[in-house]
Amino acid sequence: MARTTGKSILGTWIGFIVILVWCLLPVAWILSLSFKSQDETNSGSPQFLPKHWTVQNYRDIFSNHDFLYALRNSFGISIIATVLSVIFATLAAYAIARLDFKGKRLVLSLALAIAMFPVVSLISPLFDMWRTFHLFNTWPGLIIPYMTFTLPLAIWTLSAFFREIPWEMEQAAQVDGATPWQAFRKVIVPLAAPGVFTAAILTFFFAWNEFALAISLTSTTSARTVPAQMSFFVGSDPFNPPYGQLATASVVVTVPIVILVLLFQRKIVAGLTSGAVKG
Amino acid sequence: MASITMNHIVKKYGDGFPAVNDVTIDVADGEFMILVGPSGCGKSTLLRMIVGLEDITSGDMLIGDKRVNDLAPRERNLAMVFQNYALYPHLSVYENIAFPLRLAGAKDSEVDQKVRAAAETLELTEHLQRRPANLSGGQRQRVAMGRAIVRDADAFLFDEPLSNLDAKLRGQMRTEISRLQKKLGITTVYVTHDQIEAMTLGDRVAVLKRGVLQQLATPRELYDNPANLFVAGFIGSPPMNFMPATVEGTTLKLPFGEVQIPADKAEKAADRGLLIAGIRPENFAEASAPHARGVSEANTFEAKIDVVEWLGNETYAYIPFEAPPEVQSQLETLEKELDGETMRTQLVITLDGASQVREGDKVRIWMDGTRIHLFDPETTENLTVDRAAAGRIPQLEASAGATST
Repeated sequence: MARTTGKSILGTWIGFIVILVWCLLPVAWILSLSFKSQDETNSGSPQFLPKHWTVQNYRDIFSNHDFLYALRNSFGISIIATVLSVIFATLAAYAIARLDFKGKRLVLSLALAIAMFPVVSLISPLFDMWRTFHLFNTWPGLIIPYMTFTLPLAIWTLSAFFREIPWEMEQAAQVDGATPWQAFRKVIVPLAAPGVFTAAILTFFFAWNEFALAISLTSTTSARTVPAQMSFFVGSDPFNPPYGQLATASVVVTVPIVILVLLFQRKIVAGLTSGAVKG
Repeated sequence: MASITMNHIVKKYGDGFPAVNDVTIDVADGEFMILVGPSGCGKSTLLRMIVGLEDITSGDMLIGDKRVNDLAPRERNLAMVFQNYALYPHLSVYENIAFPLRLAGAKDSEVDQKVRAAAETLELTEHLQRRPANLSGGQRQRVAMGRAIVRDADAFLFDEPLSNLDAKLRGQMRTEISRLQKKLGITTVYVTHDQIEAMTLGDRVAVLKRGVLQQLATPRELYDNPANLFVAGFIGSPPMNFMPATVEGTTLKLPFGEVQIPADKAEKAADRGLLIAGIRPENFAEASAPHARGVSEANTFEAKIDVVEWLGNETYAYIPFEAPPEVQSQLETLEKELDGETMRTQLVITLDGASQVREGDKVRIWMDGTRIHLFDPETTENLTVDRAAAGRIPQLEASAGATST
């Protein structure tokens, strides 16, 4: 018995390491690239670790105003889209989970259909519409489509969480003297917190990483986000792209995501509702 | 504190099925009222209509003198303990108990003083900073009660509060609830399917069957003067024995033999043909047992004991018998209504714990003819009920009203 257990533990670790290397090798490669000088990245056979460590790439990128504007746009657009999307999704999901109304199935199926719609096919109509509405190259011009594409998933995630919460919790709050809104805010939302954070992270990731809309619906740095801005990093020599700078920009935009996940991971505690009911 | 008056309350769901049908119950100020019945009898629906979680189809709900039909739960000032406790898992025990006070906008000092007083009463002081998830079932139950007693509510409502606890804890909490209610002297409505809780806790008990009030009386009245077969079978454990019977003069013919019954009972049941006789297990005794000596020899019969269950303080003896089909079918219906299984027709009798009776013995059994009830097999109503000592029986009121007009 002990031997098989030992073997299965060994197997688990091997699988674990394989997956870790598979996922993290590109990240390590980008990190290493970001510390190499341009000469080194453009040489014929670059080795994995830099010969001469340099932070010149970081200095360059943080003195690049276009990149800083893009970073500002990315943060602003992603955060606003996330907050709005989560608020709307929470209200919609609560209604779907709790109320019985006609067309509930229709709403849910439509939401799913929207989530499956290919983003690219919407670009040209949106481009025309946004120019007419003067939304082209503005923050709302990106926030609105981002919300549209992330709301369905957020609604589905959150309504699953709401359905898990025993209805008695809310009724108890109402008997205790809460208005429906107070019961929702003080009891239901805290209990659905893991769902809210999950939805928030998913929305933020989508908005943060999105490229197709960002490149098509913007024309200047007043609304262009980092993924789109990075495609303008061409350098002086078209045959020698500034790999080091691209890698550095990638590292800089990956850091907030990593921090975000680490922060919210604590909030996403499974089984938060344990102890609410029964024994 | 206030009285609660339910006036011809009806609750119909979308399919038109009346879950609660024309129920009239008055709960006096400070009274402990029990709503009892098998599952699906509408007792929880009725409670939820009192608290406002369920709409009332028709009828009036009054708390004190105020009609509350259209008030939201928070405007009714009632405290409720839910079957599954419904504690807020993201809040500490302290904040759980403080929740109604915080909603009412009480000052921190007032909240603290009241929460600590409630925790003191329920012996929860040392658990105040813990989360509900880390508490035992009994402690969660007490937190739920703490949340109820911390406010100055007009009444307490309990929805099967003990059904999730194990048997021992249930007994302790039952006593605790009783003590608390007497101490606070607050109007209480308590829903249960357990007839022991109903008998031990209630000042008065309302027995419901399929949304209809069967009888509203004190536990003693229910036990001694059940309105019909259903109430008789529901109250008491082991349950009342039912068997076919016919009356001739003051003689009652039973499957085991003939017994003499009092003249007033015989008169009420005269010329009715086949009846169902009901008698409780403890109204039997061994004819040779000390306390039965000197009893009328006429009320004894010989029977073969099939099974004996010895409990220490007493002994249950089982005697099977055959019932005619019309009685049999009525008894089967009754078993279904009581959430039970239809089993063989048999007599359960309680004998003294010191009894030496063994399985297979032929024993002479004495029966107390004065304690017999006679039921009409068609209407299931108790023909021999003492109406002065049976509380309220809505069915009889209705028929009396119909004949007088």
